[in-house]
Amino acid sequence: MHGFIFGIYPYIALSVLLIGSIARYERDPFTWKSSSSQLLRRKQLIFGSVLFHVGVLTIFFGHLFGLLTPLPLIEALGISHEAKQILAVVVGGVAGGMALVGGIILIHRRLIDPRIHATSSAMDIIILSLLLLQLCLGLLTIIISVQNIDGVEMVKFMQWAQAIFTFDTRAASYTEGAPLLFQLHIFLGLTVFTLFPFSRLVHMLSVPVRYLWRPGYQIVRTRKHSPKYPVE
Amino acid sequence: MKIRAQIGMVLNLDKCIGCHTCSVTCKNVWTSRDGVEYAWFNNVETKPGIGYPKDWENQKRWNGGWERTKAGKIRPKQGAKWRILANIFGNPNLPEIDDYYEPFTFDYDHLKSAPEMEAFPTARPRSLISGERIEKIKWGPNWEEILGGEFSKRSKDYNFEGIQKEMYGLYEQTFMMYLPRLCEHCLNPACVSACPSGAIYKREEDGVVLIDQEKCRGWRMCVSACPYKKIYYNWSSGKSEKCTFCYPRLESGLPTVCSETCVGRIRYIGVMLYDADKIAEAAFVENEKDLYEAQLGVFLDPNDPEVIAAARAEGIPEDWIKGARNSPIWKMAMEWKIAFPLHPEYRTLPMVWYVPPLSPIQNAAEAGMIAAEDGMPDVKSLRIPVQYLANLLTAGDEAPVVSALERMLAMRAYMRSKTVDGVINLGVAKRVGMTPLQIDEMYQLMAIANYEDRFVIPTTHREVVEDAYDLRSECGFTDGNGCSAGVSSGKLFGSKKHVTPKDGWQ
Repeated sequence: MHGFIFGIYPYIALSVLLIGSIARYERDPFTWKSSSSQLLRRKQLIFGSVLFHVGVLTIFFGHLFGLLTPLPLIEALGISHEAKQILAVVVGGVAGGMALVGGIILIHRRLIDPRIHATSSAMDIIILSLLLLQLCLGLLTIIISVQNIDGVEMVKFMQWAQAIFTFDTRAASYTEGAPLLFQLHIFLGLTVFTLFPFSRLVHMLSVPVRYLWRPGYQIVRTRKHSPKYPVE
Repeated sequence: MKIRAQIGMVLNLDKCIGCHTCSVTCKNVWTSRDGVEYAWFNNVETKPGIGYPKDWENQKRWNGGWERTKAGKIRPKQGAKWRILANIFGNPNLPEIDDYYEPFTFDYDHLKSAPEMEAFPTARPRSLISGERIEKIKWGPNWEEILGGEFSKRSKDYNFEGIQKEMYGLYEQTFMMYLPRLCEHCLNPACVSACPSGAIYKREEDGVVLIDQEKCRGWRMCVSACPYKKIYYNWSSGKSEKCTFCYPRLESGLPTVCSETCVGRIRYIGVMLYDADKIAEAAFVENEKDLYEAQLGVFLDPNDPEVIAAARAEGIPEDWIKGARNSPIWKMAMEWKIAFPLHPEYRTLPMVWYVPPLSPIQNAAEAGMIAAEDGMPDVKSLRIPVQYLANLLTAGDEAPVVSALERMLAMRAYMRSKTVDGVINLGVAKRVGMTPLQIDEMYQLMAIANYEDRFVIPTTHREVVEDAYDLRSECGFTDGNGCSAGVSSGKLFGSKKHVTPKDGWQ
């Protein structure tokens, strides 16, 4: 079971994430959206949404950096695992707290407000609940991390994550014996990946940063195009 | 010079009777769907009033349109690009649905299914969003219909700027007019500029502004960017929608549904040629009162041989150039200068223009005493204050509005002399700077208003842009996945979220 969850499930999750997202973008672009509900109820949204998004994005990039920076690079840069661990606990704790508060506001609004509740899909509620549960698990791991501030435990997770991306067949062995809380946290994370293409989370793939360097403000679409078969 | 053609519209408010036929036919065609029940691509407001959504004209509150920077350029009033992106998690300028109105239906079934009671059963309102009871309907697209509501609320109207408005609350002094509103298909659209996804675009060949439903991600910045609040967020599909200028009809030479069905025959559609290179210059003008004149400077004379040659070089089809020469819009906006853009101070260079309405002379007792030179009363004595119309149409500059109203009065006086007395009244024509020939033409277009004079719409030229061979066995108008209708029930990537009355809630 351990071998499946940490050795095979990650590949299933990432494949579903990748292929599912491509399929949805290609086959059903009309459903690709942020599903904003701000129009229906402004109250709670701005505060909750900003906290939630800023928190979650910080955590997301924190994990990306924390897990996937190659170990030799960390050593070459002379970053001690202890320092990294402290950074992770502090930044993750603050951002996690923000995201949790924001998320609770948002789920309260989604479940209690009749307008938002009536217009929520089952997946909207499931994915938000899972993210909140994941946030709680993540914040709880801080307790364990603080007790083992040397960062040795974290190295195991880095090895595991990097083994997944380098197709190392021993991936699952790195997490053996890790505290159950961490194992649950990883499992749930992979589950969120699996659900990603079927939920509203896809909107994060269309984060419109290109807007910043779009030339000018206006867009004019021309219909003129060079004919395939030029007229003789 | 970069010549483009734009389909424009003029609404002759002098003839609008406020019947809402335009709104209703538009709704039946475009927005009788889930998620846009509250949206009226065309709605008719009674002015003075704060309108729909509430207070839409007040950009201090909604931050729509453009603002001029200290550097002499313009940027969206809600902020430059980085500010817009910074607001993406929560848009502080977005109206809530209650600012439009919560869409409702009535418990019709109760009328026949109610048990025996003392009182007659009633059909009470129910929300179309949540299905819950609404105790009181509080707002709608024409809530202030024919001066409905208290003056204290209606008079928050932004167009009262600079007017001693208290006296217009008096029964004897009150005034009203109708304002049908739709998307302005601006030359400098704020919605296009604010869309982070780049889903909104202006069509080069006819200037129609559209939203690509497959590219829209629902960041909802366009809703707040549009100063006319004519982009609506579909809360069911999660995409923004707007007036399409009925482009499938325009393409085949037909007027929009609102224009076709207008019983007062107040709407005109035609082509305008303009210089796209001059847009920036016109929108950057410092003094707001100069914006109307600046926009006039963008249009190109379709009778000028140089313009015609340049238009041909640009690939504008011959019948579009001919259409521009016969354009009712050109005549009303440029030749006679009786039509004006709505709120030019938003710097969007709107393309739906309005002929200001005449109104009864203020005081019946005074009427006989007014020095009616050539049978024409002073426009300052009309019931609707000129300043009010100027605030609506020329950013507060009264002179062009006065001139337009005088020309319309002159047309009446001239035609009265001609048909009743059999006299050509050259004096009145000269007084307003028009020739008898022009007045005859103006009468023909505005009073007789024949269908073929009102709508001069050249058809689209698919042959230059499409290869019909590629189009065979394609679907017609669909959004979504290939030939599907766009609503997927229980499919992989999103099931239908919402239960409507016809799906049946209890």
